[in-house]
Amino acid sequence: MLLPLQQLFVTRLVIRLMTIDKNTIPRIARLARLEIALERQSALSEELASILSWVEQLNALDTAEVEPLASVTGHDLPLREDKVTTGNDPDAVLSNAPEKTSNFFVVPKVVE
Amino acid sequence: MSDLLSLTAVAARSALDKKECSASELTAAYLKAIEDTADNNAYVAITADKATDMAKASDARLAKGEGGALEGIPVGVKDMFCTKGVETTASSQILKGFVPTYESTVTSHLWADGAVMLGKLNCDEFAMGSANETSAFGPVTNPWTATNGDLMGKALTPGGSSGGSAAAMAARSCLLAPGTDTGGSIRQPAAFCGMVGLKPTYGRCSRRGIVAFASSLDQAGPITRDVADCALMMTSMAGHDEGDSTSIDAPMPDLMAALSMGIKGMRIGIPDEYTLDGMNPEIVALWEQGRAWLEDAGASCVPVSLPHTQYALPAYYIVAPAEASSNLARYDGVRYGQRVEGATLDEMYAKTRGAGFGDEVKRRILIGTYVLSAGYYDAYYIKAQQVRRLIQQDFLTVFEQVDALLTPSTPTAAFPLGEKMDAVSMFLNDVFTVPANLAGIPAISVPSGLSSDGLPLGLQLIAPALREDTLIRGAAVIEKAAGFDHVATGAAS
Repeated sequence: MLLPLQQLFVTRLVIRLMTIDKNTIPRIARLARLEIALERQSALSEELASILSWVEQLNALDTAEVEPLASVTGHDLPLREDKVTTGNDPDAVLSNAPEKTSNFFVVPKVVE
Repeated sequence: MSDLLSLTAVAARSALDKKECSASELTAAYLKAIEDTADNNAYVAITADKATDMAKASDARLAKGEGGALEGIPVGVKDMFCTKGVETTASSQILKGFVPTYESTVTSHLWADGAVMLGKLNCDEFAMGSANETSAFGPVTNPWTATNGDLMGKALTPGGSSGGSAAAMAARSCLLAPGTDTGGSIRQPAAFCGMVGLKPTYGRCSRRGIVAFASSLDQAGPITRDVADCALMMTSMAGHDEGDSTSIDAPMPDLMAALSMGIKGMRIGIPDEYTLDGMNPEIVALWEQGRAWLEDAGASCVPVSLPHTQYALPAYYIVAPAEASSNLARYDGVRYGQRVEGATLDEMYAKTRGAGFGDEVKRRILIGTYVLSAGYYDAYYIKAQQVRRLIQQDFLTVFEQVDALLTPSTPTAAFPLGEKMDAVSMFLNDVFTVPANLAGIPAISVPSGLSSDGLPLGLQLIAPALREDTLIRGAAVIEKAAGFDHVATGAAS
């Protein structure tokens, strides 16, 4: 009989639940340019709080002297010769645009 | 030739050379298998005409004695790979209608070696999920069903995110399947579906033309029926590419030769920290069996310690959403994909993204945006990157003593679709697979046995960077010892 995943990890979970104030979801949703329905906000707030509480366990580690690891490749960004290898194909670039006109993407008016 | 579907890719390739069947016959058999197994919802697009044309071209090349390494082999492509002229959506509403104008490097390698494209395969939306339930096309059903116990009669998940790929492989509706793996998305579904799944060293496969999820973790790799097919396909997929700045310029070891090299004298580490409290006894027993198989083949197994293992998942669930929130900023309704009109540019962005992304993707964008926002960046994102360094260091240290590590692939077998799980519990599926992504090292899942319910279970081998040959050597030994020759009940025939 397989044990549910939830039971496997109970002893490892940090139970202390973080709280997030009610402005947090609207604030980060605005930063992410992501419309979130009003009725979904409190549930998302709870989900975010439970995930953030769970990742709090990282604070048990002292990392003051540890250099952050952003890339595992260990090599510098390679540079190539500065020459044109592709491009000048506006039809291909625009082929998936939701709205376009004479080689331009069309967006709502941004300057009054 | 009868029963074309039962041939592995290596066997089929040999049958083509010996004229025992044609590429057109092989492709036709797979196109029929796709129809026969359509209920599992693995395919999101079937490119039958393209497949038929490619198979004809393969037959022409074979007739001239010019067949490539994968000539005539039918392939199903995860919908994360851009395929020129064929809609590519990452199983997201927001990319409905997107038709790439170029081919991903990895799939172009497969076609250059003669492979035939059957269609596009379902996956979790933007590869974010472990059950293939976040797809805009709906879930995929695992072709395996329980033959005993409480799960009998229930539709099971194929795992995720490469759920459609692993399910199509198990259903025999494709013969090879390239997947992508950010935290276990090749290995976990391969384990749940009784297939071999390999995530290579970060940088082995070009990411050019693969829809980006978390760029420092994403790697493409093969899902195959056996280890020999894995060696064959991995060799084709890999290779340096100027189109990906993180691509490695190092030769791939001879993986076909590695198949028969054995593991005599190898040292295999058994990491203490992969024993979890309350772990399923069947998984523990399989892990011990795997250790005995490796020792019987002449390896010595030693306990090792990777002390920061328990921090891998929480670090991953900061790094991956952070990178995802940045990568997914491009879906703004301007250049491609769906658009929902708004009075202002900002309103258009927010409405487009609100309508186009599913709940799991939204949740991860919000987490990522939060951990990258002012005041939280150091506490979460930098902290996670520091922990990532410690996890990488654990592996570097342990690989001074051993050639590879043996672990289970997953903490359970496939679970029922629709199982109510909170986000963190769903994340825990990846507990054994995530560390290799964080460290950028290769890992393979090999089908090794059946649970008492009759469902496939996998063992995982993890090797140092660039040592895919070690994985193939060990996996070939496990495969031979396990003698896993079970076929899913839902497989085409």
